[in-house]
Amino acid sequence: MMQTSITQAMALIYRGDLILAFRRWEQIAQPVVFLAMVTTLVPLALSPELGELREIAGGVLWIAALLAALLGLEFLYRSDHADGTLEQMLLSGQPLALIALAKTAAHWTASGLPLVLVSPLLAVGLGVPADALVVLMTSLALGTGILSSLGAVGAALTLGLRRGSVLLSLLVLPLAMPALIFGARAVDMAIHGEVARGPLLLLGAMFVLSLTLSPMAVAAALRISQE
Amino acid sequence: MLRGVSLELAAGQVVHIAGSNGVGKTTLLRVLAGLLTAEQGGVSWQGRPVTASFEVYAATLAYLGHSDALKADFTARENLRHEVGLRRDVTPAEIDDALARVGLAGCRDLPARVLSAGQRRRLAMARVMLSAASLWILDEPFTNLDHVGVVLLSGVIAEQLDAGGAVIIAAHQPPAIPRHTVRCVELV
Repeated sequence: MMQTSITQAMALIYRGDLILAFRRWEQIAQPVVFLAMVTTLVPLALSPELGELREIAGGVLWIAALLAALLGLEFLYRSDHADGTLEQMLLSGQPLALIALAKTAAHWTASGLPLVLVSPLLAVGLGVPADALVVLMTSLALGTGILSSLGAVGAALTLGLRRGSVLLSLLVLPLAMPALIFGARAVDMAIHGEVARGPLLLLGAMFVLSLTLSPMAVAAALRISQE
Repeated sequence: MLRGVSLELAAGQVVHIAGSNGVGKTTLLRVLAGLLTAEQGGVSWQGRPVTASFEVYAATLAYLGHSDALKADFTARENLRHEVGLRRDVTPAEIDDALARVGLAGCRDLPARVLSAGQRRRLAMARVMLSAASLWILDEPFTNLDHVGVVLLSGVIAEQLDAGGAVIIAAHQPPAIPRHTVRCVELV
């Protein structure tokens, strides 16, 4: 009888969470529908003129994507906490920080990645030129990754609180502001034909920072949630 | 909440924690499992404080709490594969054996949400059986079980004790474990 290695355990958590997410597919669909609705409503409310839409497209896409990604965050640990599987995860004998990392990765795959994949379609509707789509997708991939990492900390900290979802938004959104500033700026530069390398690199640095630090914070918060 | 509790448990022994509602049975079990930290005092396993290497302690421990710790959208088999799989390599044959043992062979591909409360408790018990842990901490394990289930579970606990394991049970009724005397600790 072999003890499970941490890589096997992480793969098991990642796959299990994705299976559960697909069985509750409305959780995957909700952020995508939200993003599509917001970006479709903007031309109706402001102006159908492509030239004008192009000027604000970067900001609109980024704000909508950020808020859409926020929608699914509270589901990250809530069901595990409610059905008692979180206790079992804590008692599995595996390093909790790495388990948390696997859960964040699964959450991003189910909620962040679909947003990245539909964004080019919605961007074209807002008059974003084809050359800027790669920058848009890269910036959103990093941005939703940052939000998943930061959000995991918020979700773990607000576990077991009544009205925790309000507190979650208040905790996470201010921390995500730098990502919004540089992400929207990168897309804007790409739309105007400039090289967006600078803001993208900064975004990448923020992603690495949040990805490496958040699992430890999540692990500590999950332990506290049991008290 | 708890004051002056002292408890020692050797291999092959079973302890029944008794006490009225709200006296702190679950709190005591959660402290013993390392889910809660005691304000004073501590828990030692094999002579060493469990906080020193919590992961090592957790790997030797199986905890059955108030909730069954099942994912409603996973089938019985998937639940066992994902929970036991976190601790050790578990084969599909072992899982099917354990499910047959607790009388759930016919429900192994049904999602946990359609199982009855008693069947869910049996499934949770199968998880404890498969965990290969030497210390079992069971919080009200007989809840929702029918008479056959209670006899079955008592037999499983007896086998764990025969194999040199240790069991702590919190329950209102004193459990009858075949071949073993149950030591009772009453919280007041």
